[in-house]
Amino acid sequence: MATSLAPRRPGPPAAPARDRPGTRTARHARLRRRVADNALAYAFMAAGIVCFAVFSWYPLVRGIILSFQQDNLITAPQWVGLGNYRHLFADPLFWTAWKNTAEFTGLALLLGYAVPFAIAVLLNELRHFKAYFRVAVYLPVMLPPIVSVMLWQFFYDPGDGLFNTALRGAHLPTSQWIQSPHTAMISLVLVSTWANMGGATLMYLAALQAIPGELFEAAELDGAGIWARLRYVTLPQMRFIMLVLLLLQIISTMQVFIEPFQLTGFTDPSTITVMTLIYRYAFAVNNDFGLAASMSVLLFAVLGVFAALYLRLTREAD
Amino acid sequence: MTEPASAAPAPRSLISDQELARPRYRAVYFAVLTATTVLFAAAFLFPLYWMASSALETPREFAAQTPTLMPKSVHLTAYRDAWTQMDIAHFFLNTVWYAAGGWLIQISVDVCAAYALSKLRPVFGKAVFAGMLASLMLPAAALLVPAYLTVSDLPLLHLNLLNTPWALWLPGAANAFNIYVLRRFFDQIPGELLDAASIDGASRLQTLLRVVLPLSRPVLSVISIFAVVGMWKDFLWPLLVLQDPDKQTLSVALHRLSTSTTQVPPTEMIAGLSIAAVPMIVLFLFFQRHILGGLSAGALKG
Repeated sequence: MATSLAPRRPGPPAAPARDRPGTRTARHARLRRRVADNALAYAFMAAGIVCFAVFSWYPLVRGIILSFQQDNLITAPQWVGLGNYRHLFADPLFWTAWKNTAEFTGLALLLGYAVPFAIAVLLNELRHFKAYFRVAVYLPVMLPPIVSVMLWQFFYDPGDGLFNTALRGAHLPTSQWIQSPHTAMISLVLVSTWANMGGATLMYLAALQAIPGELFEAAELDGAGIWARLRYVTLPQMRFIMLVLLLLQIISTMQVFIEPFQLTGFTDPSTITVMTLIYRYAFAVNNDFGLAASMSVLLFAVLGVFAALYLRLTREAD
Repeated sequence: MTEPASAAPAPRSLISDQELARPRYRAVYFAVLTATTVLFAAAFLFPLYWMASSALETPREFAAQTPTLMPKSVHLTAYRDAWTQMDIAHFFLNTVWYAAGGWLIQISVDVCAAYALSKLRPVFGKAVFAGMLASLMLPAAALLVPAYLTVSDLPLLHLNLLNTPWALWLPGAANAFNIYVLRRFFDQIPGELLDAASIDGASRLQTLLRVVLPLSRPVLSVISIFAVVGMWKDFLWPLLVLQDPDKQTLSVALHRLSTSTTQVPPTEMIAGLSIAAVPMIVLFLFFQRHILGGLSAGALKG
């Protein structure tokens, strides 16, 4: 990323006339100048470097170390080797959490991946109310996530919630939504999709607008109908951004937290996810930071695969 | 993010204007347009309307078997009770304070770092920049536990930042995205401009403040908006580091109140949700072009 920099090197633009190049004093003066310049630059960067070092680089290392320790913040940490990992693999909740996270991610992609793309293609063809559509689809993204989730919690109420009231009004069967293990997961996916799809929709829309119109023109002259143009012009042109957003979406949905945390808690085995289990290990039930760290390391490894794919993809495009 | 969001209007899209002018297509077009308009209103606007208006109902009307779309009579009681009894006012001000301070610190730290990386070009600058960018690839989830431990006991200093604003502000300052965007913007500012300033006797800091920053207003406003929105929306990190109820952000307090044993009337709770949403909606309506423009620019760059 951003490695195509102008090859300008730092240093004084021209040596002062009295320091003739090649003389000792000139070289000394240049060196001093360089040291001073670098010191100044590092002074500007100091706060940033410290923040990154303390809150990003160091925790990464500490997290890996912590995953081999037992630490409850009360007694001194102890080395337990692979003990935490062994404990994880023996915990049935561990496997449930991964299964649920995979299920959430799968469902979220099924809905949250196809729907924004379809909406973007549709919006790109509508000639009216463009601002209205954009603002409306993005409004939920602006809400604090806890607001969206709690609002839907009211909608999901099996008694007088908005959804069941509407279903009853239409003489359709009602649902227990988040209160039944059969529908809880899809309910979480629905609110998550509603709250997040605006971003992907607008990114697709921007990419669609960047497709050169001549391509459609040429396809039309060749006798391609609307579907053929969609298939042979739009889709190939959108391939790159679709792949990028797919990877980003996998990375973010696998870290789902607030939906299960607020709607079903971190005990319900039908919806516990990797993140809520990490929370449970460290902060809610076990007070076992080493165990939570080893779970984080595993999550990091899985997400790292997708992050690496993402990097390769965007590098190639550069 | 520096270029205007859409440089040239797309000459045409999938379906051409001539095609749409045909009578059959026209009918379909207006049917689809109407359906989409209504569907969007139902899906995205109605929930917000429901939220704002339910809080205006009396608890009895809210609990009624047949829900009313328009409150029979408008009661501001729920909003007032939420603001005072639920103490939303306090959490609102907390959040404003955290967002304002966080914004200031984030911008100052990131602007200085990006300026040095772009214009002062120190040795190992590229390595430092790569290290910062690498943090973009670290999922927040992976760092949660060790970052919490770090904040509870800072290395070397042994300070405990839990339940202080610094627990939000300092980790927030390590924002690689900001540094990346700022640096790319600063790279486009011609060096001659800075040289001219230094010939006039301006120090590096003065050059930054008087030459670079005024030129960077567009990128600064986009970054500022995203910073404030990000801090207002944040949930998991403040949930961990601000466990003292008195110090909590609005989002965390709303979650705590919803799970507390003392039952809050639903209309009051919904009023609380509305109050938490209003600043973001107002911000969005005001800075719509910045927000949507920043998003599209990000998409095109990949």
